[in-house]
Amino acid sequence: MNRRRRRRLTVFKTGVYVVLGLFFLLPLAAMVEFATRGVGISSPRTLSAFTSIGSDPELVDAITASLELAVITSVAMLALLLPTMIWVRLRLPRMVRPVELVCLTPLTIPAIVLVVGFAPIYRWIEINVSDSILTLAFAYLILVLPYSYRALDAGLSAVDIRTLSEAARSLGAGWGTVMWRVIVPNMSSAVTNACLLCVAVVLGEFTVANLLNFENLQVAISILGTGNASVSIALAVLSLVFVFVFLLVLSFLARSLSRRRRTARA
Amino acid sequence: MSGLDNRPIGAARGGTRTAAEVRLEELSRQYGSTVALDGLSLTIQAGELVALLGPSGCGKTTALRLVAGLEDADGGRVVVDGRDVTHLPPNRRDTGMVFQAYSLFPHMTARENVAFGLRMRKVGAEERRRRAGEMLELVGLATQADRYAHQLSGGQQQRVALARALAIQPSVLLLDEPLSALDARVRSQLRDEIRRVQREVGITTLFVTHDQEEALAIADRVGVMRAGRLEQMGPPTSIYSQPATPFVAEFVGLTNRLPGMVTGGAVDVRGIRLPLIAPDTPDGPAVALVRPEAVSLAPTAESSNGPLSGTVIAVSFLGAVSRLTVDLGDTQVLVQIPTAEAAAHPGGSRVRIALRQDPVLITRDGGPERR
Amino acid sequence: MRRPLGGRLRLSSTWLGAAPFLVYTGAFLLLPTVLVAVGAFSGAHGPTLSNLTQLDQPYIVSAFVNSLVLSAVSASVGAVVGAVLAYAVVTGSPDGVMRRLVTALCGVLSQFGGVTLAFAFIATIGTEGFIVIWLRQHGIDFYPNGVWLFSLTGLTLIYTYFQIPLMVIVFMPALDGIRPQWREATETLGGATWHYWRHVAGPLLLPAFLGAWLLLFANAFSAYATAAALLDIGGVIVPLQISRALSSEVGLDQSSLAAALALGMVVVVAVITVGYSWLQRRSARWLPR
Repeated sequence: MNRRRRRRLTVFKTGVYVVLGLFFLLPLAAMVEFATRGVGISSPRTLSAFTSIGSDPELVDAITASLELAVITSVAMLALLLPTMIWVRLRLPRMVRPVELVCLTPLTIPAIVLVVGFAPIYRWIEINVSDSILTLAFAYLILVLPYSYRALDAGLSAVDIRTLSEAARSLGAGWGTVMWRVIVPNMSSAVTNACLLCVAVVLGEFTVANLLNFENLQVAISILGTGNASVSIALAVLSLVFVFVFLLVLSFLARSLSRRRRTARA
Repeated sequence: MSGLDNRPIGAARGGTRTAAEVRLEELSRQYGSTVALDGLSLTIQAGELVALLGPSGCGKTTALRLVAGLEDADGGRVVVDGRDVTHLPPNRRDTGMVFQAYSLFPHMTARENVAFGLRMRKVGAEERRRRAGEMLELVGLATQADRYAHQLSGGQQQRVALARALAIQPSVLLLDEPLSALDARVRSQLRDEIRRVQREVGITTLFVTHDQEEALAIADRVGVMRAGRLEQMGPPTSIYSQPATPFVAEFVGLTNRLPGMVTGGAVDVRGIRLPLIAPDTPDGPAVALVRPEAVSLAPTAESSNGPLSGTVIAVSFLGAVSRLTVDLGDTQVLVQIPTAEAAAHPGGSRVRIALRQDPVLITRDGGPERR
Repeated sequence: MRRPLGGRLRLSSTWLGAAPFLVYTGAFLLLPTVLVAVGAFSGAHGPTLSNLTQLDQPYIVSAFVNSLVLSAVSASVGAVVGAVLAYAVVTGSPDGVMRRLVTALCGVLSQFGGVTLAFAFIATIGTEGFIVIWLRQHGIDFYPNGVWLFSLTGLTLIYTYFQIPLMVIVFMPALDGIRPQWREATETLGGATWHYWRHVAGPLLLPAFLGAWLLLFANAFSAYATAAALLDIGGVIVPLQISRALSSEVGLDQSSLAAALALGMVVVVAVITVGYSWLQRRSARWLPR
């Protein structure tokens, strides 16, 4: 690329980043500003909104529940999707397309529609299984399917699982070993991505919890918002920062994991 | 082999452009702290095919891209047909380029690809179609005109790319390792095709490659490059038999490194005196660079132990010739002889080597390790 | 799983591997969908079409129209701006900090919806929002014609906040598939920048762009949380109508209406999804992954 074009491109990029950076960061900054406002017009900034989060038991319950749901859903997603996807690719190739179709269905049938169908099912669950908020995991697993599927699929496509599994099997490995010790370690970044998306979706989920009358993090923020705006916004800021930091850390971790493995092999 | 007369371009096709001379003057280019080109100067005569040969990182591709205008030079000039094009963008330079791979537009048929440059020049649809058809016929793909890139083989795609570059009748044709991404068999066929088309059209051409066999086979002159500089420039035969530097001797073809002593304008290698390419070389210890085909074998008794006696430890069958590795005790020598002859010296047999009296290049940079 | 007990048994042990997935999605994906479909056609006295005819009422029709307009506008703005941002990111170094940062940010922000987003905008340009106050201190009235944040207009603006990052995520792979050789070939053949976009990159990216637009459309159409947090539960758009029907105290009658509305949504989104996969296939033909 010649110099003139490179310069024009840099100007363009800077412009885009600045303008859009402002657009995206302003509301976030505004949230922080709002959450740290003092009582009067010229009161000093205060973190009382943030600290009072811990003292509200209902809020703490909601936060804990959401975090637990995030973990449960991620684990369940990996336990269900990963073996299925690998198995199907290796042994049931005709099922690859149908499985993909099923996993992408929640995009066509959005949460607001699914929840209409969930309502009677959850009434049954409430009576016969449990009325804990953690039963939301059943629904959340479905909601994260499209995102996790895509992330895992990208990882699986990058690894030649057929060759690897045949090599491993010819050396005497059973299917379990093939899956967990041969294939999965080669797609660590895809697995991480899938979990990341899972956590982000679960922590940000509102629709299903709200319409099934459970109080998760987002519902708590919403209920609080009507009464105590600062605290709810403080909570919103925290949840956002948490997810963002979580995502960044894990993405750097995945990169260094794979780099370490690559240099070890070389 | 060489056709350096000033033939009009497209003479076979009815065009009347004369071929252009291309001059690179002191071209330099740096990327951060890496020097890609260090004052490269060379001239490509009108209608000539010059190959730039060298290992990766030697700057050959950079030089080509500088001529095309895809990169800016830090210093120096590019002159095409007397015009200084150094500061012109690529779309105003009248060059045609064939890339290593992936350069065909995937959403267009072969014909549309070839006609693209004509479209940029606002040539009418009927005329475009006709000329694209001509070009495809020139490269032997007239029947594939309506196929898309993914429906064509690698070799066919490169031929379309060639037709596309030539369709606009540029002054210079630039080829960036066009055969490197292809299978070996397709490579040699296409190599000859490219040469045939180039001579038929008579266009000045710069061909970049890291494959020395390719360069020697196809070019009128070869420029061997290393670390941003031209090590040697000349016809293929000179590059091969009269290498100017040890690098050229070892990069182009195989070389044996045989320690010896220079005295009085010749070098003494294991008891044999060989003439030097540069007879005024000062006396002293040196390493002689000897080609495998300059070594011959004769059988010898089991007990023989002179400096020229050894054991055959490996034989590589290469078709018409075979390459044998002979262990002389303190060093190993590669010998290339016709296969029929090699049958007389199977692995394990004792042989005596003899060196042909070709002028050799010597180097003073080290021991007898073989490449 | 190495039990070669004859052909048929071995075949079904292979199928066992896929069973957990099929059973689970059968229970929690297929079943709810069926319940929605069934619910849409059931009335107090058995199967009926009355729920569907109820969809004809003006307030429901206007809800659908509002939903479609909202989705179209936010998808269009999101698609164009997102494509520009994606292009800016892709032209940088593939391993660089900027790209990783923006990609991570877009990953989060595309999921950032609902309540938190609505509150963020209220904190920014709500009646006591940070920008409104700052402008007021400089004598400028941000809402000379009345507050529009808590209306469809405000909602559309807020939707672009997650549409743009979603576009970046969805469209970037297509941009990555554009090989630099195509640009260089265009230049050596005499084409300038706009020739490149008009004849090469444009046509190649168009299917991916349209596909992404459809995805954004479906995304906005199905969104509920932000609207719920911003607007009254009254329901100017379809998702809000559904939630009103579900939380109504009249009981069964409304839940069938909810199902009918849900079915209507599914039809719209299904049509869009079909169009999207068709475009995906066309785009994948030309652009390498």
